[in-house]
Amino acid sequence: MNKIWLIIKREYLSRVKKKSFLYVTFGVPLLFIGMMSLVIFLAVNQGDKKKIRVVDESGWFKTTLKNSKKMEYSFAEGFAANKEAFVKDGYDYLVYIPANLNNIQMFAEKTPGAMDKSVVEDEINSIIHSRRLAEAHIDSGILANAMKSVSISTTSISEKGEKKTQVVVAQVVGLLGAILIYLTLFLYGVQVMKGVIEEKTSRIIEVVISSVKPFQLMMGKIVGVGMVGLTQFLLWIGSTAILGYTLIPMLTGNNAEKMAEAQQAAATHATNSGDIGSIGELFQSMDGLPVLTIIFGFIFYFLFGYLLYSALFAAVGSAVDNETETQQFMIPITLPLLFTIYVSQFVIINNPHSNIAVWLSMIPFTAPIAMMVRLPYHVPPLQIAGSMALMVAGFIFTTWVAGRIYRTGVLMYGKKASYKEIIKWFKYRD
Amino acid sequence: MESMISIRNIVKQYAGHKALSDVSMDIKKGEVFGLLGPNGAGKTSLIRIINQITGPDSGEILFNGTKLSESHIGKIGYLPEERGLYKKMEIGEQILYLAQLKGMPREEAKARAVKWFRKLEIESWWNKKIEELSKGMQQKAQFIATVLHEPELIILDEPFSGFDPINAELIKNEILELNKNGATIIFSTHRMESVEELCDSIALINLSHKILDGKVTEIKNQYRTGTYIVEYEGNNTDAQQSSQFELLKSESIDFGTRLQIKLRQGVHLNNVLAELLPKVQLLKVEEKIPSMNEIFIETVNKQTQKSKG
Repeated sequence: MNKIWLIIKREYLSRVKKKSFLYVTFGVPLLFIGMMSLVIFLAVNQGDKKKIRVVDESGWFKTTLKNSKKMEYSFAEGFAANKEAFVKDGYDYLVYIPANLNNIQMFAEKTPGAMDKSVVEDEINSIIHSRRLAEAHIDSGILANAMKSVSISTTSISEKGEKKTQVVVAQVVGLLGAILIYLTLFLYGVQVMKGVIEEKTSRIIEVVISSVKPFQLMMGKIVGVGMVGLTQFLLWIGSTAILGYTLIPMLTGNNAEKMAEAQQAAATHATNSGDIGSIGELFQSMDGLPVLTIIFGFIFYFLFGYLLYSALFAAVGSAVDNETETQQFMIPITLPLLFTIYVSQFVIINNPHSNIAVWLSMIPFTAPIAMMVRLPYHVPPLQIAGSMALMVAGFIFTTWVAGRIYRTGVLMYGKKASYKEIIKWFKYRD
Repeated sequence: MESMISIRNIVKQYAGHKALSDVSMDIKKGEVFGLLGPNGAGKTSLIRIINQITGPDSGEILFNGTKLSESHIGKIGYLPEERGLYKKMEIGEQILYLAQLKGMPREEAKARAVKWFRKLEIESWWNKKIEELSKGMQQKAQFIATVLHEPELIILDEPFSGFDPINAELIKNEILELNKNGATIIFSTHRMESVEELCDSIALINLSHKILDGKVTEIKNQYRTGTYIVEYEGNNTDAQQSSQFELLKSESIDFGTRLQIKLRQGVHLNNVLAELLPKVQLLKVEEKIPSMNEIFIETVNKQTQKSKG
């Protein structure tokens, strides 16, 4: 036990001390913060007010086209003359509206921005619509009422009583957790594999396993790398929080008023589009999620998913002499994960209690991802318990299998392994 | 003398080929034991079994009379033929790590390591990474890692490969000193001249079988063929004919003639000398003792042929 601890310590420290660990640990939050700042910055400073000259031959718009915060319209006569002069006169755009309203044109020194074009388009359209409705003697209020679309809100009934859940929120939370687990399984699993290959190619393996059992070395490495992963997670959360509080206001000019305004705008936009509902409603629906179960589930499935897969990665590392040879053995490891991610997006997320969803969340190789997607949908406790028990059993089993391959594989230098070969290794006696 | 390691009927089979067939041998306490054999004979398999890296299919190994077990790991030091250390790890830290894995407390390991570094004149390299060191430096570091925990049994697989002659001599003297201080040494090599120089006993393995073992002096004695080299002045051919010996070879040298003769059954060298003395002016008489190299090649070839036939 003492020796495993020594191995864990070495595996952990040798990785944490590396410069690249530092870069990744602080680089990722910086990148994240940078992106968030950029988004906020763009939301706050939505560009300058645009000056637009309008040549309106229809006469419909002179009184109806109103200046807005982003657009300032001024009217003029004579299309040809203005086409020549509008840039020189200090206008950004020239909009030409022929008398018959066909082929309305927009000119700019350069190609007009898509946003600006659609803003102008929307305004012109709505003016034309209401004028035509009025001409047809249709009250615009009645029409608006008739055209109003509804959105269905969902409620799950549990023992605690009814709680509003927003399907979209559950989908996002579930998928996010699943993708995070998927990425980290690979990130740290590959690190274990690389570590094993390094020991094999540098030949230190023979010295080390004359002192400890191959299984101890394998487990020590797996646990050590896993702890590096946990450390990185914690540092990411911590540094993102600290940087978030200090950097974002700095980058966005510390303009609280503008920020609030942007948030307001975002909220209004969300309400209008009818996708998520207002921010308040969003939080309310977060409340409907089994948050504790999700957090506990994430930690559990990350941990055991990592343990299970990294044992397989270790076995692959032991079977090869260099990284390029790993390809053929990676496929059976990658496949169940890829398959589950794919099925999650299209099947599990839309039908979280279907048979396939339940089975995928029971099989230890697919459970970490499938169950993460299902958890926000209030999975029956019995299923969670069953999945977790199978997960632990699956971990013990794969580690046992991987250990048997590993102990022979690490001593096979310069021998290209095949699946047949690996099965033989598995059968060797100690 | 007491046995340090008793190897009893070890069989090890890998899919498709036999690595060790019923191999038994004894390694006495305090001796330098040469484990010899061509490539692929089974030496590494045997060494790995003694190191408990792998287990035998059948048979057993006794360490100081008790069955080999995990408790013996700290008493064995192993320098594998395929040398290796963590490339990115600092050399001092690495040696401490390996010593701790052998069960040594860190502080004690450090004190001893510092002494060894000074002795092998690499103390300024303590904080260097392995990849920054020359091959010879790495070898020295690995040697220290092998012996730092003062093992009772030191297993060295081709210990001199990768050393220049000066460092090879340095390491050889360290090995002899460790042996003098009580360590038993198993020494696996192809370099027969170092076997004659260092080993008290040897075992020869070929094609998974042990084909020869015993004390070096006894084996050489056993392989004596009564062949002598005789040099004398002039070119007297009369001296070359005798009922006491068989003439194997005759050649002219600067000042006379050199003969290679083989004494006939029951004839002693003195009898031959008595016959030659009146005839020629002798310059040199020397027994031609087979070298370990010759014994090695002869025995291996004989057995390889036998197993083929």
